[in-house]
Amino acid sequence: MPTVRIDQTKCIGSGQCVLAAPDVFDQSDDDGLGVVLMPEPPADLLPGVRDAVDRCPAQVVSLEE
Amino acid sequence: MTEAAVCPVPHENRVHPLGAPAGFEEAVSNGPVKMIWPNGVQAWVISSYAGVRQVLSDRRFSAMREGGPEMRTEGEPILGLKQPGNMNSMDGEEHLRLRRPLSRGFMVKKMNEMRPRIQQIVDEHLDAMERHGAPADLVSALCLPVPSLVIAELLGVSPEHQELFQSTAREMFGKNGSKEVYDAKAAELGEVLAKVADEKRASGTTDDLIGLMVNETDFDSEELMRLAISLLAAGHETTSNFFGLFALTLFERPDQREILQRDPDRADVMVEELLRYTIGRLGGAGLARRAVEDVEVDGVTIKAGEWVAVTFLANLEETLCPNAGELDLERKAVSHLGFGFGPHQCLGANLARAELQILLRSLFTRFPNLRPAIPVTEMAFREDSITYGAASIPVVW
Repeated sequence: MPTVRIDQTKCIGSGQCVLAAPDVFDQSDDDGLGVVLMPEPPADLLPGVRDAVDRCPAQVVSLEE
Repeated sequence: MTEAAVCPVPHENRVHPLGAPAGFEEAVSNGPVKMIWPNGVQAWVISSYAGVRQVLSDRRFSAMREGGPEMRTEGEPILGLKQPGNMNSMDGEEHLRLRRPLSRGFMVKKMNEMRPRIQQIVDEHLDAMERHGAPADLVSALCLPVPSLVIAELLGVSPEHQELFQSTAREMFGKNGSKEVYDAKAAELGEVLAKVADEKRASGTTDDLIGLMVNETDFDSEELMRLAISLLAAGHETTSNFFGLFALTLFERPDQREILQRDPDRADVMVEELLRYTIGRLGGAGLARRAVEDVEVDGVTIKAGEWVAVTFLANLEETLCPNAGELDLERKAVSHLGFGFGPHQCLGANLARAELQILLRSLFTRFPNLRPAIPVTEMAFREDSITYGAASIPVVW
């Protein structure tokens, strides 16, 4: 299964992943950092995840396919 | 590859007020080239999409400035100086310590919650513009006051000090602003903000940015003041200038404007294309970094200690989208560099997006016959600020 991860140690909380794939990502109410809601998203959500990987300014979103 | 020739950076004589400085595109079109800045510093200019992303995100390039305000060089805005609380000139953990707590205040869901309030502010200003009647100045009637009120609310500061916020912002972003004038403005604003901070401390709120900084971070009082001033200033200067540039771009492109007016519900996506295109076309090259070790970018070796500047002409590169040199409001959103890239990417990007989307949709829906009262090429533009834009935009409808 394709797996989505965020490296929270380098995340800057820009929220670009939430804009790209709102069903897969959210921002934590505690610190604003990105969180993965759906670590193994279905195929129809993968284009949004790839967009999130591309857009993330801190380059901390990864998708292992 | 041999080292490129050193060229003087073109003076900001734009052939067209919405285009790049004369000769600049040609000068950077063959890959990295060293240019001499007006302050005498040589910097490599990187213009490729991949190269710009690399420079802005690779930790081997530092945003750190050496020395304090006394090291300011000619034409450098106050914004770039290394001072406590200036996260623009910090790297790594030092930068993250200041940036991270603030990102909570700009979360996507928080910005979405603000949309009805932004819409209300926009509508009030459009009402006032209609009552005033044509001609009106779009900058003072809409572009400047809307972001100004919104950022004041987000910080939790009363809008009665709006003129002080705006004048401090101008000094902060001005290329030739006086440090003394800025310090005096910042001190005056600092007093206002210190009182606000005391109130937030007493109430314990974390609902606004000052409350968040006071009650949930370890920022000292100087950091807190400088960050609050930077946020206020950044909230004014950027969104207001860019919305003005969007309107001017659309005045010149009736075909594109028709696409917006036919389908205003797609304004959200259209804002991304307008950001990509208008910022790319202006070709700004203000963001600078310094290599901390030798790094290869676009086939040249940037040696440790050398300066690098990136240009947003990269937004017009064909790898990003087909016919990238053209504005196309029917295009789907692409990963443009309008808000920068890397750990220093615009902190307020999600707020700016919400404001620009609401402004764009509302202005052209409310005034479908809006047009410039004088030709765009005859309008006055602000070349003295790192945030370029029209000084005023006379309009009729």
